Amino acid sequence: MNWNARIDVTGVSVFFPLYHGNSRSLKKTVVAAASGRLGQDKQSRVVVEALRDVSFTLASGDRLALIGGNGAGKTTLLRTIAGIYEPVMGRVRVQGSLSALLDTTLGMNIECTGRENIMLRALYGGLSRSELRRLEDDVADFAGLGDFIDLPLRTYSSGMLVRLGFAMATAIRPQILLMDEWFLAGDAEFLERAKQRLEDMVRGAEILVLSTHQTFVVQEWCTRVLWLDQGRIREDGAPDTVLASYLGHPVQPKEAVLGC
Amino acid sequence: MNHAIHGRLNTLERANVLDLKGDMSLAAGYRLGMRDIVDGLRLWHLAWTLGWLDIRLRYRGSMLGPFWLTLSTAIMVASLGVLYSTLFHTDVHEYLPFLALSQVLWGFLSTLVSEACTCFTQAEGMIRAVRMPLFLHALRMLVRNVLVLAHNVAVIVVVFIVFSVWPGWHALLALPAFALWAVDALAVALLLGAFCARFRDIAPIIGSVMMIAFFMTPVIWQPQQLGRHVVLLPFNPFYALLEIARAPLLGHTPSPETWLAAVLYSAVLCGVSWALFVRARGRIAFWI
Repeated sequence: MNWNARIDVTGVSVFFPLYHGNSRSLKKTVVAAASGRLGQDKQSRVVVEALRDVSFTLASGDRLALIGGNGAGKTTLLRTIAGIYEPVMGRVRVQGSLSALLDTTLGMNIECTGRENIMLRALYGGLSRSELRRLEDDVADFAGLGDFIDLPLRTYSSGMLVRLGFAMATAIRPQILLMDEWFLAGDAEFLERAKQRLEDMVRGAEILVLSTHQTFVVQEWCTRVLWLDQGRIREDGAPDTVLASYLGHPVQPKEAVLGC
Repeated sequence: MNHAIHGRLNTLERANVLDLKGDMSLAAGYRLGMRDIVDGLRLWHLAWTLGWLDIRLRYRGSMLGPFWLTLSTAIMVASLGVLYSTLFHTDVHEYLPFLALSQVLWGFLSTLVSEACTCFTQAEGMIRAVRMPLFLHALRMLVRNVLVLAHNVAVIVVVFIVFSVWPGWHALLALPAFALWAVDALAVALLLGAFCARFRDIAPIIGSVMMIAFFMTPVIWQPQQLGRHVVLLPFNPFYALLEIARAPLLGHTPSPETWLAAVLYSAVLCGVSWALFVRARGRIAFWI
């Protein structure tokens, strides 16, 4: 039974406690508690409000772009949807298998070889031995690593890392794919193939959420745009409308945007 | 590439809804904590592979591989054995098997405790990349240390053969002790892992506590050397836990009080660890 993918984000706030210097220390905390300063400390604790009261719903087939300046909360929102950060307030409900491309290293072990990392991913996804072999072939083929597949990741170029990460994240078909903008580090030829693979996936009526600065990516890939500003939703709507107000000028309509 | 691999993600933890709320009730917190542990156990194969890769990577390119550990333990036991049997005026035939066993078991315990402190901070990359049960990192740490222990067992076996010590069927009594150790190890990992992620000055404190514990616990000295103070020993949690595994392997039966103490300490440890884990689980990703 495969349910339709769905994301409900309701009134979500995420605060980052700022632990610098003193609050990292047990001694200081104990001393503060003993002298009755802890309560006050808690009130005045410095937190970064990474997300404030964010709400939206995504259903099968939606392709959402997150735009906004640096520190607007795009990556935090992706991590919150992925369940890595749990909301302080509000609720995140995600239905469907999910794969996230957030860090370039994707939690891969850079001391391990490409093949070992593929094996780890297969174990995480609960694949059988024959599925593992198919995954290896698929990833090796798509990422075009050649003999590097048997070398530790630290010998890879950043482009190779991106290709490997992207290939792995999309090989085990997630219903929901979350992607940070770093994947655009690939070369033009890779981007073209990445697009094909992504479109393949999105056509299967799944959800894509990506954060980016690049207008053409938004126009080509997305059906909806969320403009984040200092952790709040500034605008939410169709790509052309939101991009126009974000950029401050109307965007060139893109001709023949993908045949889907 | 249309034959996509769907995997069994659906039967796994994302089965298939993730529902997270701010201001969770305590009951919801317990459920998520429980789910973390169950999901972690389901991923035992991944934990095993990660632990095994840790060992392999540590010794990649070295000639003896993990047997360097065996060699260094062997040298340590041999030199300490000769030194202390002289200092304590004990017979080396009786002392060395005791020391080999104690030293290897204690080495396991103390490395485990110190690695428990870093079990989450070390996995920072993984924790911030995908949602994964935190319990997996505790399991990985346990696997890694069990593999190291397995290499060191060779030292015990050799010493036992050389001094023709044979524990007999008593040795089987060590099995429940090791089961209890495994549970405690996971509890310690969750407890110290979370605590050390939040407060960075805990790890060195734990290091000194373990150093003191090493001297206060009969590891290199034997319990009977305490004389009439031996009755105080069960108050040392490390003694109780060490003795339930060590005594059977030397051919003795640990006293019921020792077992009782060990179970009590473990229950307290698990309780504290669980209470802290339920509260800290959702925050650990922010701390590391």
